[in-house]
Amino acid sequence: MSPLFTWPSLSVKDRIKAVKMLVWLGALLPILRLVYLGVTNDLGANPVEFIERSTGTWALVFLLLSLSVTPLKSLTRLGWLIAVRRLLGLWMFAYVSLHVTSYVWLDYQFDWSDMVKDIVKHPYVLVGALALLLTVPLAATSNQAAMHALKQRWKTLHQLVYVIAVLALLHFWWLVKKDLTEPIIYSGVFGLIMLLRLPVFSRK
Amino acid sequence: AQTLEFQKTAYGKEETLTALQDVTNYNNYYEFGTGKEDPAREAVLFKPTPWTIKIEGAVKQAKTIGIEQLMKLAPLEERIYRMRCVEGWSMVIPWIGLPLKALIDWAQPTGNAKYIEFVSYNDPRHMPGARMPILDWPYVEGLRMDEAMQPLTILAVGLYGKVLPNQNGAPVRLVVPWKYGFKGAKAISTIRFVEQMPTTTWMRASPREYGFYANVNPQVDHPRWTQSSEKRIGAGLFAGRVKTKLFNGYEEVASLYAGMDLKKNF
Repeated sequence: MSPLFTWPSLSVKDRIKAVKMLVWLGALLPILRLVYLGVTNDLGANPVEFIERSTGTWALVFLLLSLSVTPLKSLTRLGWLIAVRRLLGLWMFAYVSLHVTSYVWLDYQFDWSDMVKDIVKHPYVLVGALALLLTVPLAATSNQAAMHALKQRWKTLHQLVYVIAVLALLHFWWLVKKDLTEPIIYSGVFGLIMLLRLPVFSRK
Repeated sequence: AQTLEFQKTAYGKEETLTALQDVTNYNNYYEFGTGKEDPAREAVLFKPTPWTIKIEGAVKQAKTIGIEQLMKLAPLEERIYRMRCVEGWSMVIPWIGLPLKALIDWAQPTGNAKYIEFVSYNDPRHMPGARMPILDWPYVEGLRMDEAMQPLTILAVGLYGKVLPNQNGAPVRLVVPWKYGFKGAKAISTIRFVEQMPTTTWMRASPREYGFYANVNPQVDHPRWTQSSEKRIGAGLFAGRVKTKLFNGYEEVASLYAGMDLKKNF
């Protein structure tokens, strides 16, 4: 266990702060990398594809990270871990936004009719677009005010995250031409996270 | 790499060439891995010489031809062609090669030869991708006889004035500029004249997605990728897309498909 979690002199508040800072640093790094590679003209032969791939991958990573908070909390009995879940979810939304921006702007240059055709005709784009749509209400209701206003319905609404995860993984499976290694790995991690939610693993 | 002697031609002289760096570092060559940059890295130790190609099937006599002899069948020419990948990107490449027709004439096919099958070299020991069941190895491609004889169809042995880099299909590959890039079998080891339409590797992998003809056609969509437009490699981050043309703009091949339903024969 990392000292961050167990260091006795650290108050819970400070631990939360420290973990949040780590999340911020970790989340900014991929963006800084893209900016650096862009400025140094090092994004490869197909820079648009590179940016789409990278932002899409990181959106998926933050989605899986946010889903892993609850099982991790049960396993470690560190209840305060829940405090970083929202931040992880919002970073997922940030990467989804960058992913979509690169598609709309860099890839399709705001050619809406071509984009509609692309979405309707290609299943992998369609499920990606659905996943995107579903992230919007979750991001919009991620604040305290919405939580209080929605009460029990907030929890129900935010269970959409599982639907988003399945759609996002499908988006990845159907996009890949032949080598399924990466989608298999991400789906495996998702499966593991779901498995850890079984009562056997959650010590209350 | 070794410099080649060749004649300039008028093909594509108005085109802006894709940078050599991009032509040699953004490749689909699954025998060397599925990443676009895998072939450049993994094919470094590949030995394209000595090299012989087996000529078999419906020919007067089965025989082999060495790469040096092949390069003397006709004067080498520079052909600047657009290359459109089925994934929705394109390049402009100055190939060095000779018309496939020159080899066909030398091979002396019989009247039973209706199609040609191209088999790519496959060596799991030296090709990391070939050790994985990504595709049904070896890689097989094919052309109808009249497509193969079309003057645009070439066997490329070089690009940018030099011997073909390993990651681009050394020592010899097929280039058919009005078809999607995957038709261009790399590192050809066998050329077989056959009577029946060959089942190509991609047809076997996904018959719904890949047909035998694979002509560039903005009207025939692919289940995964938009075919009405394409991204030109090297055009930059903000260049957007260009509209894809039927037969990749090589209209002279249209007569090969007169009366054919291109939506069915995709």
